[in-house]
Amino acid sequence: MPRSALPALLTLLVLGLGWEAACRFIPIREFVLPAPSAIWAQTYSVWPNVMHHTLATLGTVALGFAASVAISLPLAMLIAASPAISAAIYPLLVVTQAIPKVALAPILVVALGANELPRVIVTFLVAFFPLVVGTVAGLLATPAELIELGRACRASKWQELTRIRLPFAIPFVFGGLKVAAALAVVGAVVAEFVGADAGLGYLIQTSMAFFKTPLAFGAVLILALMGIVLFQLVTLAERLLFPWSSGADQAPPGI
Amino acid sequence: MIRLQNVSKTFARGSVEALRDVSLTVAPGEFVAIVGASGCGKSTLLRLVAGLVPVSTGQVSLGGTLVSAPRADTAMVFQAPTLLPWADVLRNVTFPLRLMGQANAETDARARALLETAGLKGFEHRLPKELSGGMQQRVAICRALLQQPRVLLMDEPFGALDALTREEMSLELLRIWAGRNMAVLFVTHSISEAVLLADRVVVMSPRPGRIAEIITPNLPRPRSFEQEGSAEFHSAAQRIRALIYGERLPRAA
Repeated sequence: MPRSALPALLTLLVLGLGWEAACRFIPIREFVLPAPSAIWAQTYSVWPNVMHHTLATLGTVALGFAASVAISLPLAMLIAASPAISAAIYPLLVVTQAIPKVALAPILVVALGANELPRVIVTFLVAFFPLVVGTVAGLLATPAELIELGRACRASKWQELTRIRLPFAIPFVFGGLKVAAALAVVGAVVAEFVGADAGLGYLIQTSMAFFKTPLAFGAVLILALMGIVLFQLVTLAERLLFPWSSGADQAPPGI
Repeated sequence: MIRLQNVSKTFARGSVEALRDVSLTVAPGEFVAIVGASGCGKSTLLRLVAGLVPVSTGQVSLGGTLVSAPRADTAMVFQAPTLLPWADVLRNVTFPLRLMGQANAETDARARALLETAGLKGFEHRLPKELSGGMQQRVAICRALLQQPRVLLMDEPFGALDALTREEMSLELLRIWAGRNMAVLFVTHSISEAVLLADRVVVMSPRPGRIAEIITPNLPRPRSFEQEGSAEFHSAAQRIRALIYGERLPRAA
């Protein structure tokens, strides 16, 4: 744990204690605002069940995130490679971002059936866009001089892409991956609200239907943790695989 | 070695004339500096010789063959070091050879030896961002030299460096050049740098870029900064200054 994380943790602790105290001394009913201790007690009492839902969500997030990476990177390369392709595809991508994914989810569930596929597609649709934009930006931000160096060394177009543009884009790609990891969690939960029989999104809905507010809060906290862990995993992967990219000395405190 | 015959270059569908009727011959192993105000086509001239830009009319040839594309025996050093940020110093230096598929078992050893002569021993596995600007530019020069070019093209290579590093590097460049049979085309903004380094100084005038005059500073080699005080140095520098400003003042009036 880096020392820079200490102030944030202290703030969190103080807020948590304040919340607990407020719930104890002010008569708020539990289904309106449960105390942290109540959240913990109720979540822990059905822990195996919570684990089951967590793993279901994690599966959707992982598949949606993987699909985002697998589709976004080649797509970004196509867009960066040719202005014509870029002109043909980019406006469509912007359209997909203008569509509210929450609205699309029920349609997809009916069209594709109540299985994993529509959930993964919704997750993908929510997560992939920043990855494409980030990667395209990186590929096009390669300094003209590096491109000229490549040309002076008689690099082919393919070499220029793989040996110069792609490595240069790595920090941009990871910027996109971090956003995509956080958004994949959002996408998975949105999909689970609409059509699922497992997952933390499903757990939140069913808990609230029975006024089990503490359990819903527990699920929300686990979702937040999941987002943080995924973000940190991407950061860690960047540091391990591309140490020149991460600029660890410039990272904001706590990240 | 390098031969430009009546070379003209026009950009942007005929609207910008960068060079007009430039003829220049550079002998093997000769050090030629090109000076001139901004917009006189110095960099364009270099890129024509490098094969990065095609001529509009006229011919550029290297060792008797026409230049139509970048060649393996010309190397270029840019104003910015243009190092790959993800590769360490050694891999940066060997990058062109690896890219051209010409790297072999000795490439690394030769690169290390070059880095040592450039005072970069021990930095082989550092990343570019860990080096100072001057050291980065040394790496870029080593990278160009590793190709064992017969023609080294330098586009204001010391332009981004501080004055002290600049002086130190220019003498170092002369030392490296003296040991090789390598023609150098050296574009610079600095008149004193041009006179100190070059066998001949090509003075260019802008819009369109033309050769105004070629000055031959009669200074003995090896060159040193003491020569900057000599009468010959002053007269050459004065002549270049007159050519550059003498043309611009009447226009400004």
